[in-house]
Amino acid sequence: MARYIIKRIFMAAATLFIITFLLFLLVRIMPGNPFPSERMSDEAIAKKRAEMGLDDPVLVQFGHYISDILRTGSFGKGSSLYNGAPISTVLPTAMGNSFRIGGVAILFGVSVGLILGIAAALNRGHFWDVFCTVLSIVGVCIPSYVFMIFLQYFLAYKTTIFPFYFNNRNFLHSAVMPALSLSLFSMSTVARFTRNEMVEVMDSDYVLMAESKGMYGTKLVTRHILRNALIPVVTVIAPLIVDLLTGALVVEKIYGINGIGKLMVDAITGEGIDYNYVLALGILYSAMYIGIMLVLDIVYCLLDPRIRVSDRPKKKKSSAENGEGVQA
Amino acid sequence: MSKERTSAVPAAPAYVPTDADFAFDTTIDITTDRNYASQGFWKGVFMRFFKSVRAVIGLVIIGIIIILALIGPHMNSYGYSDIQSVTDPETGKEVTARSMPPHVPWLHKLTTGESYDDPFAEETFLFGTDSMGRDLWTRVWYGARVSLLIAFVTIFIDMIIGMSFGLISGFFGGVADAVMQRFVEVANSIPRLVIVGVLATFMPKGIVLVIVALLLTEWIGMSKIARAEMLKIKGQEYIMASRTLGAGNWRIIFIDILPNTIGPIITQMMFSIPTAIFTEAFLSFVGVGIMLPQCSVGSLIEDGFNNITTLPYQIVPPILVLAFLMLAFNFVGDGLREALAPRIEDM
Repeated sequence: MARYIIKRIFMAAATLFIITFLLFLLVRIMPGNPFPSERMSDEAIAKKRAEMGLDDPVLVQFGHYISDILRTGSFGKGSSLYNGAPISTVLPTAMGNSFRIGGVAILFGVSVGLILGIAAALNRGHFWDVFCTVLSIVGVCIPSYVFMIFLQYFLAYKTTIFPFYFNNRNFLHSAVMPALSLSLFSMSTVARFTRNEMVEVMDSDYVLMAESKGMYGTKLVTRHILRNALIPVVTVIAPLIVDLLTGALVVEKIYGINGIGKLMVDAITGEGIDYNYVLALGILYSAMYIGIMLVLDIVYCLLDPRIRVSDRPKKKKSSAENGEGVQA
Repeated sequence: MSKERTSAVPAAPAYVPTDADFAFDTTIDITTDRNYASQGFWKGVFMRFFKSVRAVIGLVIIGIIIILALIGPHMNSYGYSDIQSVTDPETGKEVTARSMPPHVPWLHKLTTGESYDDPFAEETFLFGTDSMGRDLWTRVWYGARVSLLIAFVTIFIDMIIGMSFGLISGFFGGVADAVMQRFVEVANSIPRLVIVGVLATFMPKGIVLVIVALLLTEWIGMSKIARAEMLKIKGQEYIMASRTLGAGNWRIIFIDILPNTIGPIITQMMFSIPTAIFTEAFLSFVGVGIMLPQCSVGSLIEDGFNNITTLPYQIVPPILVLAFLMLAFNFVGDGLREALAPRIEDM
């Protein structure tokens, strides 16, 4: 168990390192000039290049970049965004804003989705089941930003129930719409998944057994059904959080939230593309993604004893399979 | 046991067989076995697919949207980037059809009893015009065409890349598989957003960027499925037979095994197409995708969003097209998945 976790952490770190290197390589090697050549003389550009270390071999530059991150937490300076302020001062505020909205959205989406899914599974064929099905169809076919646009149009423009834009000082009130629209997709996915898992467990023999022994009601649901039904639900949460990262890009654009998504959009679509921001945000996004996957893998492993037990024999079997394949 | 029971009941008169009992019944055609008729795999798939109401609805919606995307832009004389304008006969000035709500002369006449009194009295703009004066009907279907084309092309190429990668990785196993799977793992850990960001540093924004970003990310799912199918199939006897008959690796992978993996891969394609359409729409919405005067569903939604407070009707058609496309492809994907891998109780 501990070995598995350590191995998993090591793999995640290695993956992140490789990705950082790849991103760095791509941004540095690809054609493009960080300086406006029509406004600067050749000598000035050469001087600036030498000053920024752009003439060194790429590997040396990468070494400097990594050591800067590890030692001082500096991702270099942004050139155009925020008047060239160091990225390490801009990033934390943006991350704070994004994480708060994203956190509220995922909490809301997962908890409401769970409740809906359970309600649907317990009342199969009745109102909540139908509601759950409709919600899952809507969640799949309406992208979250379309939902957002509708929310904004009806709740902020036609009626002024909620403010049009996000405002940090009025967090609770103005975060309702972005969080709600972000959570639509995760809510529908979790609801559908929970419902299907629960229905499957409820039809299984051991539940019948428990029922025939006289167990009923809440005790049956919480002790026997939910425990097993919820384990696979953990696996869908990881991709949901990742989708949230993507969705956050548009939410932040629509509601004017100063988060990392907006930073990313600004860095890509601004007048000059900001290489340092793209790199820093790329590493940040990849790190978050890998981190989420890692945590959920470990949680899943802790939750489900079957995975822990079957970890070792499974491997032997797969290597045997490979051996067969080579022979055949 | 049966003897005991019959002895308890008073004996019935014994049945005396006649000649007719031993003659062939020539009225029945027994050359085909109807009770245990064998059914081709694909025939079964089609039958199960068309039994599902949702799948058929999805297929019909996709068909309608594709037909409209093909003929819609040609149903009137406007081009997708033409700005509609006429010379006002009274003032002699050029008037542009900016931001007009849906404008259908015969319908207007039917409901209000009079014709339009604007300079475009005879022109039909079914969905209205956008803020530059372009006909939205033409643009919506042109945009749907662009979106669908991007989705189909990228998913097709992704299928070829991902399928080959997964099949080869699964077939050879060992070191090749380990290396290839580590590669997949790294590629899978880079969010699509980051790929778009890095691509945008050296590529011009536009269709090509969207296609490359999709090409770089969507093949991974395909390769995983192809590999899993390969692992399932490669130990079967017919592969051994083929090998014994002298078939080489490539023949086994692409001629013996590939046709048997095609079902799950087609299902995956059906689920990838809405992802591709959505990604394209999303990138165009953010401003990295399609550039004006070109348009796609996503860029039309963005246009509509920019004017949503004053001209809310502009955003409705592209959103409906997008939502219906996503819905339909998901329905068809679900239907295909169930048709290809039926559970026993459904048979």
